[in-house]
Amino acid sequence: MKFVDEFRDPEVITRTSEEIHRLADPSRHYRIMEVCGGHTHAIYRFGLKDLLPSNIELIHGPGCPVCVLPMGRIDDGLSIARQPGVIFAAFGDMMRVPGTQGSPLEHKARGMDVRIVYSPSDALKLARVNPDKHVMFFAIGFETTAPSTALTLVRAKNEGIRNFSVFCNHVTIIPAIRAILDSPDMRIDAFIGPGHVSTVIGCRPYEWIAKNENKPVAVSGFEPLDILQSIVMVLRQLKAEEARIENQYKRVVPWEGNHAALRAMADVFELRPYFEWRGLGFISQSALRIRESFAEWDSEQRFHVPGVRVTDPKAAQCGEVLKGVLKPHQCKLFGKECTPEHPVGALMVSSEGSCAAYFNYEHRKTAMVTSIASVA
Amino acid sequence: MCLAIPGQVVELFPDQPSTALIDVVGVRRKVDLGLLQDNLPVKGDWVLIHVGFAMSKISEEDALDQMRTLRMLGEAEAAVQEVEGYGLDHSGNAKAS
Repeated sequence: MKFVDEFRDPEVITRTSEEIHRLADPSRHYRIMEVCGGHTHAIYRFGLKDLLPSNIELIHGPGCPVCVLPMGRIDDGLSIARQPGVIFAAFGDMMRVPGTQGSPLEHKARGMDVRIVYSPSDALKLARVNPDKHVMFFAIGFETTAPSTALTLVRAKNEGIRNFSVFCNHVTIIPAIRAILDSPDMRIDAFIGPGHVSTVIGCRPYEWIAKNENKPVAVSGFEPLDILQSIVMVLRQLKAEEARIENQYKRVVPWEGNHAALRAMADVFELRPYFEWRGLGFISQSALRIRESFAEWDSEQRFHVPGVRVTDPKAAQCGEVLKGVLKPHQCKLFGKECTPEHPVGALMVSSEGSCAAYFNYEHRKTAMVTSIASVA
Repeated sequence: MCLAIPGQVVELFPDQPSTALIDVVGVRRKVDLGLLQDNLPVKGDWVLIHVGFAMSKISEEDALDQMRTLRMLGEAEAAVQEVEGYGLDHSGNAKAS
């Protein structure tokens, strides 16, 4: 556990934690889902669970882009990059995600031209400086990242850069939340809404969760106090038997979102009829594809894509963990075959994946305590 | 990857209205302002940056808080590494404008 006095406002943190203890009805068990992987990371890193009563269970949601990407898409992207003269460009998060024949990084070791970029603009820059090559940007991310990919495609088109394309794996958060709520083995009482996705989409898209599903939502920032305050917000609503969308992260998230970003996305992308999510299966209208007007910059239209479908390794229970049915350590491979150094499933790759977060902050801690105890 | 990096606008370029020079704890790189075109920042403003694009304008206080959060999350170095990795000062923008 983090010592409370390490936090910026230790007194406020203590008061907020006490407020949570007061609000939580001891006869109830609360299941609150934090949708965003950034929140999952923060919750483990700051040891926030230790500040909550034991009857508040935090369920880690699907908001980690590399975690929800099915292995087949990685294979598809790598298959394009195997063609002569193609450069595979992606964010660092993607590099260690395993495909059936290894991760992009392992392909690089075998000779594939794989480059890490920090911005889609830099992938476009690679195309500018490598006119005799084709740069394929392997795009992942929710609505936080999709507008930047969209603007990059607009720039590519405006500048007539034809040796550049995007292999689009952008997904949208709302259908994933819907799929979780529709799932018969899930029971969620309230949501901690994603902070940075909401800077783009605003708060309105969550209103159906309150209206139709009667679940409170608090869109939250990433500081320990933000997350605790968001828990207070949803507990207050649950106590009053209300369901509303509250914006805890007002200092960054405008209620209406970012219109310029939404326009860029609408200009370049359209919804796919369906898309496969690791752990959640096929979800209709849950992902973006590139519009016909940008077909020349769409890797899927320019290249043959095998459309690989891969079943996850049977023993790995990523799906159950992603849906919150299992805790990371309850997976058979956790900490044995599957570790951050040698990930079998994507949840162990990204620092935002619940398995990696659990391993780094909970498992290592437990292992250390056990080894100290055994020495003693 | 959904965490955003706070930075201060230190220079704007009249010939490249969609670009700003941003300072993130002493590291200066150009970022894209295309997603803030409805509400462009001015010199001295603070913004949150994600994958090389300014996403939203924030107050200085919130920018400092956000940097502290990144530090507490153990992500500050990764954030600076990301910013150092931005290479947007290419000739392409000048050609496009």
